[in-house]
Amino acid sequence: MRLDIILAGVGGQGILSIATVLGYAAVESGLQLKQAEVHGMSQRGGEVQSHLRISDKPIYSDLIPAGAADMILSVEPMESLRYLPFLSPEGWLVTNTTPFRNIDNYPELDRVLEEVKRVPNHVSIDADAIAKEHNNARGMNMVMVGAASVFISLEFEKLQDGIRYIFSRKGDDVVERNLATLQAGRAFAEQARTTAQR
Amino acid sequence: MKNDTLLLLGDEAVAQGALDAGISGFYAYPGTPSTEIMEYAQTSRQAAEGKVHRTWSANEKTALETAIGMSYAGKRAMAMMKHVGLNVAADAFINAGLTGANGGLIVTVADDPSMHSSQNEQDSRFFGKFAMVPILEPSNQQEAYEMCFEGFELSERYDTPVLLRLTTRIAHSRAGVARSAQRPQHEITLPEDKRQFVLLPAIARKRYKTLLGRQDAFEQEAAESRFNKYFEGSDKSLGIIACGIAYNYVMENYQDQGCPHPLLKLSQYPIPRTLVERMVDECGAVLVVEDGMPVVEEQLRGLLNRGATVRGRMSGELPRDGELNPAIVRAALGFEAQPGGSVPEGIVQRPPALCAGCSHIDSMNAINASIRDVYGDGRVFSDIGCYTLGALPPYNAINSCVDMGASITMAKGAADAGLTPAAAIIGDSTFTHSGMTALLDAVIENTNMIVCILDNSTTAMTGGQYSHAYGRLEQICAGLGVDPEHIRTLRPTRKTHDEFVQIIKEEVAYEGVSVIIPQRECVQTQARRAKLAKQGA
Repeated sequence: MRLDIILAGVGGQGILSIATVLGYAAVESGLQLKQAEVHGMSQRGGEVQSHLRISDKPIYSDLIPAGAADMILSVEPMESLRYLPFLSPEGWLVTNTTPFRNIDNYPELDRVLEEVKRVPNHVSIDADAIAKEHNNARGMNMVMVGAASVFISLEFEKLQDGIRYIFSRKGDDVVERNLATLQAGRAFAEQARTTAQR
Repeated sequence: MKNDTLLLLGDEAVAQGALDAGISGFYAYPGTPSTEIMEYAQTSRQAAEGKVHRTWSANEKTALETAIGMSYAGKRAMAMMKHVGLNVAADAFINAGLTGANGGLIVTVADDPSMHSSQNEQDSRFFGKFAMVPILEPSNQQEAYEMCFEGFELSERYDTPVLLRLTTRIAHSRAGVARSAQRPQHEITLPEDKRQFVLLPAIARKRYKTLLGRQDAFEQEAAESRFNKYFEGSDKSLGIIACGIAYNYVMENYQDQGCPHPLLKLSQYPIPRTLVERMVDECGAVLVVEDGMPVVEEQLRGLLNRGATVRGRMSGELPRDGELNPAIVRAALGFEAQPGGSVPEGIVQRPPALCAGCSHIDSMNAINASIRDVYGDGRVFSDIGCYTLGALPPYNAINSCVDMGASITMAKGAADAGLTPAAAIIGDSTFTHSGMTALLDAVIENTNMIVCILDNSTTAMTGGQYSHAYGRLEQICAGLGVDPEHIRTLRPTRKTHDEFVQIIKEEVAYEGVSVIIPQRECVQTQARRAKLAKQGA
């Protein structure tokens, strides 16, 4: 078993909490893990990415080789495209469609979403909207984890455990809302995959 | 994972390794990518229970000197810094090679190839060679952990400081780390020779001979080190020397089938000649893969390059600058690139920017209005901190960033040359790191210049660590001899813009040293405190 995921977003969007949930599930499944993060200057509103590698064998490089990622999981649409050189031809691009506009020259959103559609295996998901529907405006990240869960060989229960692990301090209510948000992201992606396969 | 296995960043693995190896004191100034070593130690219960020292130092030089002092007293100590921090601490570092160590002394330096968050990509292995001390360079987080044990033992065995070199990628990547049995801290034991640390010429000459005499032993240690491994290979057309993390990039390209070439994994220096000689004798050519500068490659080639065929960053198989990655190394190994997509047109960069509401924005606006817009561009010197972003649009406010503290000294040099007005912009933490002596130079000559100390009450760029300047700036400046009438403070906001501009104008009119201190807390640390307060309530 081997799973290479590029996590993408903008500094402050919290991609590291996605990494924590996926990483928790991997470790609890007895798998090995390496996760390269970006710290420092670029965190201030710059583009940030994390290379998450999970395997049942020893992992050498902390960085995913170009063309080898099984998935790009992005919380922002333009950021999802920045890392396409890393995506394997069979890999999945799973991205949130809500743009994060902190620059004047952000490209036209329609063009960005068109580019996403040109990737053979892609799922576009309005994760911000789904999170709000579930009364969890800040749960966009967990929608994305739910969406990703459809395409990766980690047990869904282990991901749920990961959410319980990171949110338990904040009370049962927060845990339950995030579990529901996770489920909603998963349901959306399952449907999207079925549609894509028709 | 088992209970004794932790998921740690490379930085955290170093901190945990040092703690388990019985360290008594961590000493550091924040700097990406080294900051998390100290931060981990500061939140560690084990460190608290062991009363391990883990408070930030004013700068890398004070950090290293204090660590040398703890080593003198017989306890294990570590100084941590980013690569350019070692420039600041270089005086202490090189001389520590001569004084040697009593309690184990490790200097951990995190290099930043590709300059993700730095002004240059200098390679600290040069410094290690310069000081003639052993160097350890982990290939993964587990080795980073274990090298703390080995490093302290090596340091005590040979009475020498040891350099532990990390790079960004290992410092900021997380992996499972299996822990070893914890060992107790040392008791105080003074050095047997009470003059060992007195580098008077007569003693220094003796100590230097001692250091020179140990070089063979250091090399022998490297030749026998468990971190250096020579792997046999049947395809002897090429031999590969892979240093530190570069070993992973090589192996990533061979994975399950294994490397067909003889391969030397190099993680401890000085370079063990026996192992390199064996490879050169066996192989038609040698490819050196190292992250950072071509330190090993250059030594193998020599000035005339008339020996073995050596390939690497200098011959062009690998790029001369920038961080390595699996794809770059793949090409150097002669494989075709793996197919992947390309970045569509129109994908733009997001340059780092000052946060919304940041007090530096108000300072940049006031300085522009009163200096650039009145006297023209080119009169504002600065240095290193979040405020360096004032060089970028929309501010275009500052004209220099060389090193910590160079704002004040460069403004003084320009003022000495006759430039008026000349202004320096420096942050509060950078000021106590390297600006105080610079200001003293200006005070002694009453140089006609303005020093603007942007006080956001934290070391912001690296994530909000304690600033030694906190609550002390005015006293420090007055103590250094700045006329109290020309130490001006205000709270920079949009509303106080006119007042700020007026203050700068008044101080430009004054012929002498003026210090202006705009004081308003960093919005990030303020938000964090508010959140913590809310959680507490």
